[in-house]
Amino acid sequence: MTIFLNGAEIDVQSGTLDALITELGYGEARVATALNGDFVPKSQRAETAIAEGDRLEVLAPLQGG
Amino acid sequence: MTDPVTFYGESFESRLMLGTALYPSPAIMADAIRASRAGIATVSLRREAAGTQEGQAFWRIIQELGITVLPNTAGCHTVKEAVTTAHMAREVFDTPWIKLEVIGEEDRLQPDLFGLVEAARILSEDGFQVFPYTTEDLVAAGRLLDAGCEVLMPWGAPIGSGLGLSNPNGLKAMRGHFPDVPLVVDAGIGRPSHAAEAMEMGYDAVLLNTAVAKAGDPVRMARAMADAVAAGRLGYLADPMEPRDMAAPSTPVMGKAFLS
Repeated sequence: MTIFLNGAEIDVQSGTLDALITELGYGEARVATALNGDFVPKSQRAETAIAEGDRLEVLAPLQGG
Repeated sequence: MTDPVTFYGESFESRLMLGTALYPSPAIMADAIRASRAGIATVSLRREAAGTQEGQAFWRIIQELGITVLPNTAGCHTVKEAVTTAHMAREVFDTPWIKLEVIGEEDRLQPDLFGLVEAARILSEDGFQVFPYTTEDLVAAGRLLDAGCEVLMPWGAPIGSGLGLSNPNGLKAMRGHFPDVPLVVDAGIGRPSHAAEAMEMGYDAVLLNTAVAKAGDPVRMARAMADAVAAGRLGYLADPMEPRDMAAPSTPVMGKAFLS
């Protein structure tokens, strides 16, 4: 199915957010996720289903002022 | 610690808080943070492409520095965006601290005080310890305290402008109005003298980024800012003399020779 990862359209296989993060290659990276504008805690990724057209944001630590 | 500053129960020797953005390189950033002697560094969250590891590399540097992090919600324009970003930051950085920015106007990056108060209330009720990026507006400040904030961070001037303290009278009034609330001048500092001026007014700390990161020699400027903040604080504690309009000789007149 097609989703939007950080604004870019991609094809993915995984049905849950947990599996998707692994599929996308984030591995054990320290990242936070939001699906369709709502924060999804790490503890809830396994039970969060992914659907066609979902907008996924994956954020990591970066420099800030 | 002889004269610590305390935010939400955590005490720090240094009254300088430093941003981590805009440095020429990660190595210079790390050296500047060390030179600044800052106890708190601001950090952010951004999109990370899978496999790039840029964010992970940055996080390792920050961890090696052993500095307390204050994540921000920079770039957020709505309450929803800011609250969601705060939740993501809490998970990634494992801290209840959040520098809350809700930007209402692009040209001056002026805080949306209405959205700020609303977001501060939502986050405080959810266990966050909020450091709101605000203006010197006393009414908004009162509302932020009512919303649960135990620190206020008024701007000196617009973010990244380096203009110094645009409204010193307003900042003095805020200091006088909230004598017991930790107050931090955040944004607009360009030179060490600006930082010292804020500290001489009795502000508890100064938060800056661009002034150090964009200096010709960021590491030297970091040291200059640390010294300026310390000097300004010491000057405040020493209770400066009152200025006067007319001269008053400092050398004793008594015993002066008559040579005319």
